[in-house]
Amino acid sequence: MYGNHDTTSVPVEAPAADDPTFDRDFMALIDDDGRVEPRDAMPDAYRRGLVRQIAQHAHSEIIGMQPEGSWIGRAPSLKRKAILMAKVQDEAGHGLYLYAAAETLGVDRADLLDRLHTGRQKYSSIFNYPTPTWADIGAIGWLVDGAAITNQVPITKCSYGPYARAMVRICKEESFHQRQGFEILHTLSHGSPQQHAMAQDAVDRWWWPSLMMFGPPDDDSPNSARSMRWGIKRFSNDELRQRFVDMTAPQSHALGLSLPDPELAFDALTGHWRYGEIDFTELFEVIKGNGPLNAQRMAHRTDAHERGDWVREAALGYAAKHARTEAVA
Amino acid sequence: MTTRDWPLWEVFVRARRGLSHSHVGSLHAPDAEMAVRNARDVFTRREEGVSIWVVPAAAISASSPDEKDAFFDPAADKVYRHPTFYSVPAGVEHL
Repeated sequence: MYGNHDTTSVPVEAPAADDPTFDRDFMALIDDDGRVEPRDAMPDAYRRGLVRQIAQHAHSEIIGMQPEGSWIGRAPSLKRKAILMAKVQDEAGHGLYLYAAAETLGVDRADLLDRLHTGRQKYSSIFNYPTPTWADIGAIGWLVDGAAITNQVPITKCSYGPYARAMVRICKEESFHQRQGFEILHTLSHGSPQQHAMAQDAVDRWWWPSLMMFGPPDDDSPNSARSMRWGIKRFSNDELRQRFVDMTAPQSHALGLSLPDPELAFDALTGHWRYGEIDFTELFEVIKGNGPLNAQRMAHRTDAHERGDWVREAALGYAAKHARTEAVA
Repeated sequence: MTTRDWPLWEVFVRARRGLSHSHVGSLHAPDAEMAVRNARDVFTRREEGVSIWVVPAAAISASSPDEKDAFFDPAADKVYRHPTFYSVPAGVEHL
């Protein structure tokens, strides 16, 4: 059950700290590849870590509506526009699935949004990059959504039930996103020389940020080990990054586009694509808030939330009016 | 109630006629009507359903996870409730 009301009413955290058998039982469940459900006892750090991760994931989905939303009014055809609207609507839905999953851990969505709006919780840095051309919409679908899917598919098997179930729905919907991006790039790449150049430029700009979406290298990823021990994370950052490169490198050939890495080459010995060194200083700058669009994304989000308040007020007023009418009747 | 604390609704969808409603997730809404409309937009954008139920989450009573062993154990030693408990002589069919 997804209800958050019962997680707060059950004293999950208090006995957790005092009961010496508790962690042993919990770890036995994890080691048995069992699933943790909302009202189960769980270590406080497991709960807090999940809230942080799921909230950040939810925030990313709704902030992710912005770079693409800005192209809805400028899409090159009615078909492309309808597709893009459907995709952006999906992202809103993904945000909702994830906020609902976070709420099963005893937090409120309104509070999580407050934390986003006041900068106390983060979202994926990838959305702080600009989308100056239509080809960026293609590159986001192919590379950013492709990287997101690679990251998210293992979460469908994570140890926390509601998070895993939300991710099953999200992954199903994301596969359309990646294909539509690929199709946009394929069309541009095989169009006029200018269109081809536009597609190549977008891929050149999005390739490295996409690789950074998998996070820092394994030996520099402080939370990874614990997440893996708890079955929240199933593969390391570098494993997933390699998986993504192995999938996308051959696809770039079908697109007729190159990837901006002179060291990218297939290694017949390992069966994997080798890639050049990633400059993570840029990622850390963007995380710190110095990306091209951090301030703009946050300003737009808080503005949209405040300007949407009348809709929430109206829905509330409508519900109150109908409750009165029913009471009278 | 304020705009910050709309009640939580559990959403159940019938995938197609002939199947029962299954739990698909939850959402916040100020009343049942908005909950059904929002559930339509969130959970059935790809023809995933032909009917939706919404139930106030607070109205659900559940068995306690703390007592799950005591609550469900009585079924564990009654293997004779399963057809596989019984031995059937070789050659007997349709039993």
